[in-house]
Amino acid sequence: MKGWFNAQAIYVLWLREMKRYLRARSRIIGSLGMPFFFLLFLGTGFKNFKPPNFPSSVDYLNYVAPGIMAIVLQLGSMFGGMGILWDRQFGFLKEIMVTPVSRVSIVLGRTIGGITTTVVQGVLFFCVALLAGLKYPGIAGMLSGLAFMILISCAFVNIGLVIASLMRDMQGFSIIMNFVMVPIFLLSGALFPLEELPRWVQSLCFINPLFYGVDGLRASFIGISTFPAALDFLILFALCGVMIILGAFLFSSVDVD
Amino acid sequence: MDAITTDQLTKKFDTLLAVDRVSLSVARGELFGLLGPNGAGKTTIIKMLSTLLSPTSGSAYVWGHDIEREKDAVRRSIGMVFQDPAVDDQLTGRENLDFHARMYGMKKELRLQRTQEVLSLVNLEDKAEILLKNYSGGMKRRLEIARGLMHYPAVLFLDEPTLGLDPQTRHHIWEYIRNLNEKQQVSIILTTHYMEEADALCSRIAIIDYGKILITDTPAALKNSIGNDLLHIRASDLVRLARELEQQPWVKGITSHDSHIYVGVSQGEEKIPLTVNLAQAMGIQVTSISIRRPTLEDVFLHYTGKTIREEDISSTDRIREHMRRSRRSHP
Repeated sequence: MKGWFNAQAIYVLWLREMKRYLRARSRIIGSLGMPFFFLLFLGTGFKNFKPPNFPSSVDYLNYVAPGIMAIVLQLGSMFGGMGILWDRQFGFLKEIMVTPVSRVSIVLGRTIGGITTTVVQGVLFFCVALLAGLKYPGIAGMLSGLAFMILISCAFVNIGLVIASLMRDMQGFSIIMNFVMVPIFLLSGALFPLEELPRWVQSLCFINPLFYGVDGLRASFIGISTFPAALDFLILFALCGVMIILGAFLFSSVDVD
Repeated sequence: MDAITTDQLTKKFDTLLAVDRVSLSVARGELFGLLGPNGAGKTTIIKMLSTLLSPTSGSAYVWGHDIEREKDAVRRSIGMVFQDPAVDDQLTGRENLDFHARMYGMKKELRLQRTQEVLSLVNLEDKAEILLKNYSGGMKRRLEIARGLMHYPAVLFLDEPTLGLDPQTRHHIWEYIRNLNEKQQVSIILTTHYMEEADALCSRIAIIDYGKILITDTPAALKNSIGNDLLHIRASDLVRLARELEQQPWVKGITSHDSHIYVGVSQGEEKIPLTVNLAQAMGIQVTSISIRRPTLEDVFLHYTGKTIREEDISSTDRIREHMRRSRRSHP
């Protein structure tokens, strides 16, 4: 146990997330249901819709699949980060907080655990999307996609942590769900192009981390994006750093009872 | 060096003075009890001593470490069993213990060996591979006690260790606790609002109410402090009789109720005729006198002016009352 970085504690916090994840098999399948139906029915329903500024070779399913994947990652990782609310509810947070493990290590363990489970969900969705008609993006595309999946998860696990640190209990959960999570994915360009939105709404999109995530995933999977993939990557990377610091800071000041 | 010392330890939540200048010391190897009704501030004291809450003022040392400046050292010296379950339901008993051991940085061999030891201490060896969600309340509590001991703490905190358990399980838990204290040489602080529990287990007890410690002593000395015997008296004019009895040098204390009074005395048999004679001289009709040994309940009543049971009816009301009081005394 040396100072703020406690590898064994980070490992066991990660291990706990893995065990819980693998034991909730119905949840794994269940959380793939929504994106699968989105992909299937939106993809077929809007088959003849041509996203503006996109070459006609790209059909709506290929346009929307990276977007839905981003939503899968966003929701999964935000729920993951907010898991500390459940831990608080069931008392386990006290068991964690009374140990001599630095708060930073606790946040890191939680973050890495959240990233792992969410990225697994993302990969599962990717396989489903390939079956549904997403074009195979090649090894480089998949690796670059994986990098974006990790960054999106990392950012949103910590956003979830920040939100959970500011909440006392589960009371406000549906407000967060409906007024934070939903606008984030609607204003990310995941499902539809943002060009038609009023200017001030568009400027909101530019501070939305998921916007860069969606853009990066599109760049990786279908090779078309608003910004160059490298720029998306850098912006997301910086956002992750900010969010980790904010998450660790707020989590350290959390009251346990 | 004591296991725990606190000096004027105080915790304020907004207007609520939850812990009011508590000073106490617990010797090494002691089994010390904090006895008080729900909402008296017992859990808040434990939370401060275990670094989960910062005190508003005052100081405390656990195993020689300052609870404010040496949080990690304090955390490493203590084991904790919380009032409400604090386990991961989705993990097995063994996994919960393993999680704990790794959080405390224990090496693999030690971890495995210690897991067996603490499991056998609470007789859960054959339940180790079962998910916690399938444990009964008593089993969970035993596992939490085992977990609290996992990392060889010097001081173990037990916050209402038998709350919500059936009488039989409660007695088993008492056995485990006694065993830990005697055989494993662990200093134990337990909070409880069960009189029998404090009486049966603790070597010393602090009675706490409205965040204040009213008195600290051994159970026997506490009982003796209000008289070796209690006379239960019914009479035609209790108010006058009580006033007169208060003047008698052999009366150690009186608690008055609507229909009867309790009088603390020693050698109770000899005091019955004295009381009757006194009453007769005053023209008061004595209806009945009985004699019994005082219990902790009587001690509690004596020092707080109420029984602990009536206080258990509603802890919300109690907290409200508490806030009213603390507002009055700390404007």
